[in-house]
Amino acid sequence: MSNLFRMPSGGRVDRTRPLSFSFDGRVLTGFAGDTLASALIANGVHLVARSFKYHRPRGILSAGSEEPNALVHIDRGGGRSTPNLRATQIELYEGLCATSQNRWPSLTFDLGATADRLAPLFPAGFYYKTFMGPRLLGARTWTRLVEPVIRRSAGIGRAPIARDPDRYANRFAHCDVLVVGAGPAGLAAALAATEAGGCVLICDEQAEFGGSLLCEQHALVEGKNAQEWLADALAALRAHANVTLLPRTQAFGYFADNFLALAQSVTDHLPTPCDPALPRERLWQVRAKEVVLATGAIERPLVFANNDRPGIMLANAARSYVTRYGARPGTRAVVITAHDSAYAAANELNRAGVEIVLIADMRPNPAEEVVSEARRNGIRAEPGTTVLDTAGRLRVSDVTLGRVADDGRSDANEHLDVDLVLMSGGWTPSVHLFSQSRGTLKLVSSLGAYVPDRSVQRERSAGACRGIFALSQVMEDGYCAGAQAAEAAGFRRAREIRNVSIPSQTADPGVVVAPPIAGKAFVDFQNDVTVQDLALATREGFRSIEHVKRYTTTGMGTDQGKTSNVNALSIVSEQLGKTIADVGLTTFRMPYTPVTFGALAGMSRATLFDPVRTTPTHEWAAEHGAAFENVGLWKRAHYFPRESEDMHAALARECRTVRASVGIFDASTLGKIEIVGSDAAQFLDRMYVNAWSTLAPGRCRYGIMLNEAGFVFDDGVVGRLAPDRFHVTTTTGGAARVLAFMEDYLQTEWPDLDVWLTSVTDQWAVIAVQGPRAREVIAPFLSGIALDALPHMGVQQGSICGVECRLFRVSFTGELGFEINVPADYGGAVWEELIPAIEQLGGCAYGTQTMHVLRAEKGYLIVGQDTDGTVTVADLGLDWTVGKAKRDFVGKRSLALPDLARAGRRQLVGLLTADATTQLEEGAQITEGPNPPAGTPALGYVTSSYRSEALRRPIALGLVTDGRRQIGNRLFVAMPEGGAAVDLVAPVFFDPAGERLRA
Amino acid sequence: MLLIHCPYCGARPEIEFRYGGEAHIARPSDPSALSDGQWTEFLFLRSNRKGVHAERWRHTHGCGRFFNALRDTVTDKFVTSYKIGDPRPVPDEERR
Repeated sequence: MSNLFRMPSGGRVDRTRPLSFSFDGRVLTGFAGDTLASALIANGVHLVARSFKYHRPRGILSAGSEEPNALVHIDRGGGRSTPNLRATQIELYEGLCATSQNRWPSLTFDLGATADRLAPLFPAGFYYKTFMGPRLLGARTWTRLVEPVIRRSAGIGRAPIARDPDRYANRFAHCDVLVVGAGPAGLAAALAATEAGGCVLICDEQAEFGGSLLCEQHALVEGKNAQEWLADALAALRAHANVTLLPRTQAFGYFADNFLALAQSVTDHLPTPCDPALPRERLWQVRAKEVVLATGAIERPLVFANNDRPGIMLANAARSYVTRYGARPGTRAVVITAHDSAYAAANELNRAGVEIVLIADMRPNPAEEVVSEARRNGIRAEPGTTVLDTAGRLRVSDVTLGRVADDGRSDANEHLDVDLVLMSGGWTPSVHLFSQSRGTLKLVSSLGAYVPDRSVQRERSAGACRGIFALSQVMEDGYCAGAQAAEAAGFRRAREIRNVSIPSQTADPGVVVAPPIAGKAFVDFQNDVTVQDLALATREGFRSIEHVKRYTTTGMGTDQGKTSNVNALSIVSEQLGKTIADVGLTTFRMPYTPVTFGALAGMSRATLFDPVRTTPTHEWAAEHGAAFENVGLWKRAHYFPRESEDMHAALARECRTVRASVGIFDASTLGKIEIVGSDAAQFLDRMYVNAWSTLAPGRCRYGIMLNEAGFVFDDGVVGRLAPDRFHVTTTTGGAARVLAFMEDYLQTEWPDLDVWLTSVTDQWAVIAVQGPRAREVIAPFLSGIALDALPHMGVQQGSICGVECRLFRVSFTGELGFEINVPADYGGAVWEELIPAIEQLGGCAYGTQTMHVLRAEKGYLIVGQDTDGTVTVADLGLDWTVGKAKRDFVGKRSLALPDLARAGRRQLVGLLTADATTQLEEGAQITEGPNPPAGTPALGYVTSSYRSEALRRPIALGLVTDGRRQIGNRLFVAMPEGGAAVDLVAPVFFDPAGERLRA
Repeated sequence: MLLIHCPYCGARPEIEFRYGGEAHIARPSDPSALSDGQWTEFLFLRSNRKGVHAERWRHTHGCGRFFNALRDTVTDKFVTSYKIGDPRPVPDEERR
């Protein structure tokens, strides 16, 4: 038996296209055009979920994205599994497979529901009180046993674990007018803006455009039936080349300067498998000249005891199920309302064959017309009547009603057997996006809700989202907003603009809380927050609405309190004895509805997450078995293991080979800046501590750059190619930073200098050939370079292997060394020409780890590893680099500040473990004694630590208080096994005289 | 995302730019003539203004040029932008 509650005709579902689907394994049928919620209702299914905290049976409350209860898990197979989707938004497709959440063993019999009876144990602030309370059971028992149980029994869906198999797309768009929401106001706005000639983008969260018009069976719009008008309006928009229509697209964020984020669902409504060429979702980032917000309004629930049973729903949601989907949500209904719009719903349901037993209007004096119209339709309507309680375990079966007495109290005087309770507490305009745009809100007491007040960005609201509800006025407001937006975007005025104002005669929304309350009266359904919880929070001293929200969790969760926020505000204001306006509002944050991480990440994942920079020899290194390491975005060859070698064996061999014969190393990642111009030397004099004006062309110098505060910022070798041309190198990681630093001074402090800075990092490949036999390797390949005349720290231009080159004689190993700069495109070819010559001499390629060991043996520092932004040239023992005669350079004045000039600063020293076997941890603290008590300040820390092949023992560098004076002393390094004794030595372990460099 | 007006390229999204701190703080031409106090004031002290703030920006992922802009630190709205070396404009807010 299926579709017992489906009406024989009516609605927008396609009865010629039945679809089969399953819910908790039960196979059911619906029609194309159904949502999962409407198909379940047509099958008489109302129990669809268990609540977050108390595991109470819950049904379908709404018919839209505001749904707090009916959250289900959808499994599309192949790892496509999504929790917490709103059944009211899931479009039905053939084979859809949905399951309920947060229940065990089943939805009808859930052991977790004992929590409902134990409710006094779970008051407001339960987590704060419990997780921060005294650990009577002991910390281990708590974190291992108790906490996981609590965490598992509370909560909603389970996050998928498998890798997301889908693709997500991303698109940027610009338009004259962006219209958010395609209900009557949004469509009218889009039509008006289009008429004016603007490029229009209109989006709506639903599959079908039309908003509330989709539920209007009888209304007339501009003399046409609403459905006919809608079809014509959509045809008119589609016929325009300048209009983009985006259904299934949620505008979820409103950012600065009219920048909005839209999430478009592309394939989730299609049966699986769907076209693999399609992304699952697409993120639109739209920059709009003008925005029209036509985001509608959300009906408010009423707060009364046991107001959360399946079968209790919003009055106008029930109306949509009947008129839009042709599905009756019940057979016998009571309507409880504080607002006129429930009467229209009651009349519509009555026409559809749902027996309306009673309209209980909590207002003592509702408008005469609405009451008499209901009575003319044969419906009993009782003003001044309220609901006191409901009964029914898995579905509402009985309501208790009472007359509202003058003192606000009421006594039970009537019981009704029903299977449906419709409620309406009035409407809350959806001001979420407006509020995100930084616009200010104002409270309209006739609505009992906030509406937009002052705009901050170029936007305007139209229709129900600004408190205008009558259809004809909504349309007028929409046209007006669209025409104004187009005019503001620079188009002609297309139609007369008549401003619509919020009607002041709207009936008072009355009390939202029905007194007195015996059972749980839910304010926030999704988070199981009751009136009693809010009262407890205010009794415990919470005053700010933001604090009450966090303490009780009201307004949190996947629905972000769309149905609950205004009710919570009014209850808290009553508790505090303040007006709603004085209590204020919680902040509206993006996203409006949940957005997948996939949509936000788009293509930026796996290898596309970040760019990868490879050097010209990358392919050769990969072919030769290199292990790579990431250095910033660079992939660098870390070491080159041979056959069975592990990392240590490979390093030992590479280090020995370089010191004994020759090694070849790709240093292309070095930052390179070409500095040219008649003032180039003067500019460098000002930027570096060193003196450059005195450097002869054909020579290089090791340069150090400080920041203005006097601390070491970067270093590198600078070669003078010509009087007006320097080839500057920077650290690999500092390349962009150093160029920006130089540009800053050049553009803003010394714009008069004739200097041009060009990044050439990617233009030059750098091949380092290092070792006693380096000269033998490269000599045969050179032309135009007098190699024998090239001194240490010299540079010459010529060619190698027939390719233009800048040959630097420099060393970062302590051996005779050359750095061959060739145009990057030739880097791989030159490297491969040199390899046989290297191998002929017993040499090898080496990686960054060997480079590190060799430089540390020589005490060559790495800025950012052996320095930390608080280290001066003097701390490093590099005072000799400073051009003493220079009047000024960046950072010079700071060197004379008391703190930089004082004695007792941390200085770079060498560290040798006393046992000659322990390798220190980089970053480990250095102390005076082996086992310092807690609170002992460290004397410094280890900055670099390696096993030296040349010394056949571990070596390390570190920054130590008054380090150079302490050389010869023994200190201790905190290691996991305890304090390791170290002897302080000068920071040069190998060839201190530097004879090998000059060989 | 903010739209920032580069005086050389026009309006561009903020991800193309890099902030450069408060504007109109010239580096002293002879730092050695300054006392320690005057020098550290130049180095570290900034106005941290609430309201219209003159600040440096660089169109890093565009023309690469530095320029100055007036931005209201309360509303995060740019008032105007202008070239390095030009005097700080007086916005309407300050004329009143």
